[in-house]
Amino acid sequence: MRLPERWWYGLYLIPLVFLTLFFLYPLASILDVSLRPDGDFEPSGFVRLFTSTYYAETLIFTVYQAVLSTALTIALVMPSAYIMTRYRFRGKSLLMSLSTLPFVLPTVVVAVAFMSLIGQRGLVNDVLKTLFSLDYAPIQLERTLAIILIVHVFYNYAVALRLIVSYWSSIGIETEEVARTLGAKEWELWRDIRLPLLRPALLSASALVFIFTFTSFGVILILGGIRFSTLEVQIYYQAVNIFNLPLAGALSLVQIGVMFLMMVVYTRMQNQIQTSLKGSKLVARFPRNNREKWSIRFSVLFIIVLLFSPLLALILRSVSIGGEFNLTNYLNLTESSRGSLLFITPVESIWNSLRFAGIATVFALILGTISSYLINYRGRFAKVLDPVFMLPLATSAVTLGFGFIIALDEPPLNLRSSWIIIPISHTLVALPFVIRSVLPAIRAIPKSLHEAGRVLGAKPYELWRTIDLPLISRGLVVGATFAFTVSMGEFGASLFVAQRDSITMPVVIYRLIGDPILSSYGQALAMSVLLMLVCAIGFVAIERIRVAGVGEF
Amino acid sequence: MSLRNLLPLFLMLILSLPVLAQDNETVVVVTHDSFAISEDVLLQFEDETGITVEILRSGDAGQMVNQSILSKNNPLGDVLYGVDNTFLSRALDADIFVPYESPALEFVAEDLQLDDQYRVTPIDFGDVCLNYDVAYFADNGLDLPESLADLAESDYADLLVVENPATSSPGLAFMLATIAEFGTEGDYTFLEYWDELRENGVLVVDGWSEAYYGEFSAPGRDTGTRPLVVSYASSPPVEVYFSDPAPEEAVTGAIVADNMCFRQIEFVGVLDGANNIDGAQQFVDFMLSKTFQEDIPLNMFVFPVLEDAELPEVFVEFVAIPENPAIVDYELIDENREEWIQSWTEVMLR
Repeated sequence: MRLPERWWYGLYLIPLVFLTLFFLYPLASILDVSLRPDGDFEPSGFVRLFTSTYYAETLIFTVYQAVLSTALTIALVMPSAYIMTRYRFRGKSLLMSLSTLPFVLPTVVVAVAFMSLIGQRGLVNDVLKTLFSLDYAPIQLERTLAIILIVHVFYNYAVALRLIVSYWSSIGIETEEVARTLGAKEWELWRDIRLPLLRPALLSASALVFIFTFTSFGVILILGGIRFSTLEVQIYYQAVNIFNLPLAGALSLVQIGVMFLMMVVYTRMQNQIQTSLKGSKLVARFPRNNREKWSIRFSVLFIIVLLFSPLLALILRSVSIGGEFNLTNYLNLTESSRGSLLFITPVESIWNSLRFAGIATVFALILGTISSYLINYRGRFAKVLDPVFMLPLATSAVTLGFGFIIALDEPPLNLRSSWIIIPISHTLVALPFVIRSVLPAIRAIPKSLHEAGRVLGAKPYELWRTIDLPLISRGLVVGATFAFTVSMGEFGASLFVAQRDSITMPVVIYRLIGDPILSSYGQALAMSVLLMLVCAIGFVAIERIRVAGVGEF
Repeated sequence: MSLRNLLPLFLMLILSLPVLAQDNETVVVVTHDSFAISEDVLLQFEDETGITVEILRSGDAGQMVNQSILSKNNPLGDVLYGVDNTFLSRALDADIFVPYESPALEFVAEDLQLDDQYRVTPIDFGDVCLNYDVAYFADNGLDLPESLADLAESDYADLLVVENPATSSPGLAFMLATIAEFGTEGDYTFLEYWDELRENGVLVVDGWSEAYYGEFSAPGRDTGTRPLVVSYASSPPVEVYFSDPAPEEAVTGAIVADNMCFRQIEFVGVLDGANNIDGAQQFVDFMLSKTFQEDIPLNMFVFPVLEDAELPEVFVEFVAIPENPAIVDYELIDENREEWIQSWTEVMLR
């Protein structure tokens, strides 16, 4: 869109200045610390990276677990995707919509939820212990690759399902029916027709799941331990525990490089999907025989168990102590003592989280909206700018947090002990979500409306308020809700930048589960439930608005 | 939607006005997660001085020191307690302390005072040794390991839990004991030893409390399964003290054979840029007072540095003190700590 008066262009400076100060500057500091740790050129971090096989192994493990998670997710999604595409049944749209819930749940909450389901002190172990009168926990999944993979599937299942189902529903069934008439067997249909036709969707879903699991941090830190360290965990470990900043910097740069490559691949595939959407729509039908009915039931049950048993276990565990209903875990949250692991009470951290999420939402909305106009503005910079605004998405939260503490701790920009550093870091993490929600709405505004408005003598601001604002409002609300839930659950960057009295809910939960004292664990459960509720409310809001088809997710 | 719908968000922004400023009547003590002292003792300090004490726990000793260095331009608090002789040089090199010579130092043994510029003051010391679950070894007819090398034997497979030296000071102390024993040069260095321990199923966790309360199998824990843990020589008496009813015999023991333990000294220092330097100095003096010193053993499992502090009875009765703890040259630790931890990480955490 074109804003006729010169000074309007000044607004465009806001996101550019923000990104320069709070993204490019910290990134430059990381580069600096990795190449010139003491002021002279000395790439010791990079040298170590290549001289020890350990870091190559970390990278290999990061890729390995991401590939495994991706393959497992896609393999488990396919049967459900088939059923969701082909059949109609009661509650289908509700189930599809509910299944997206994990996407907005903070990693810390999900990790705690799985601990309360299948962990040492988990529900399943307790039930098995009582049933078979055992005196040990039969399921030992904590600190194994298996539990990491299970949680990754949980997280990405719905994202992959949605992508594949929506693509599959747009492909006609004619080819398949022709093949069937010619005598093709069921497995041949899969091999020769369905999978090849679904290729773009499968690749795109895989790329997305791969990106998410490649940067997995909270899940691995909490459930896997340092032994299963991904690049993310290794960056945190090198910076905070071993204090090898040059090495942490070098690892961060490797991480950004790989992520950026993945983003390019993903964007290309997205475009491929968008261009190849054609042909008649597949119409889902009701199941005809018992076999079909049972496979639907089985598939629905699988989704429900996978997605809701951990959340249910978390809620159950949080309100029971020694098998009886008890709200002590919640009542304890207001307790404050000097013996406590935390500097503030858990309740105060809830207030922190809400406050920071509110501020981050406002920041992200303002910056995201202006940035969207900037990206949409058809000038010669448009091609360059889109990836620049997506860069924060390619930069992991841990890298961001690391950059913040090494860049923003001295004049001219000394924010290290200020709480504002937290909502700023959350804004960066939330920004791409806002842009992805608002940009499509801006692109859809018909040019003729503006021309008509101008003919009638409206000023730029009036044009925006009376034409654009109503049209993009849904996108704004979706973006705001995303920003809010992302900020509420943000863990990687907060763990670096939040300190003393400004710690947020996810950080508090992480601290509490690290404490072996039982009452702390109980508090962590209660906090997780509260955080889950806030995010679930955000999720309901997004879903209600998304029904109208807003957003690029 | 109109702008009115955004109102709640703006309200939030306004409500989130700056957090309250720090006043001079407060001392913030930055310390590790294992810090513990009786509430009465702190109250006594507060009554006498009118200064409120706030405790900021920041992970294990290593994490605490690193965080304090990373935020040295904006210190997290006024005093830092819990930096020990294994991490001391890192903290001193980063210049995070201002010197303060407490008058009470004259009652502290000379050999515990490692910094001649008084940037840090010793508060307590303890020997890091293996602890074992007495019942487990008795029930299984298993002999105690007599040297570090024994731990790599199949008899002790999957029995030991240790702390990560990168994140925990007893973990680092134990690694230093293995360096004293196996050295860093030749065909069989401490790294080969650790590799064998790894194959023998040693469990590595991040911190002492996770190892001792979470994984150790001594009575009264819900989840622990491992009968050998890296802890302190003074842990067994504390275990007795807190058991209810108190057992006749100790339920855990410390293995104090030659070269299997490492002596750790913990220090306190006034942070450079502290808000309340005066209060911080008063707190350092208080930490060396008889009241505080005598409260240390049963709270933190270590010995007071004050020579005339009286030890609790269970300590006198149940404690075993190693005659020959492992010794690693202080300067050698200083030069090589990062390199050793890094190599250890690369061997163990793969």
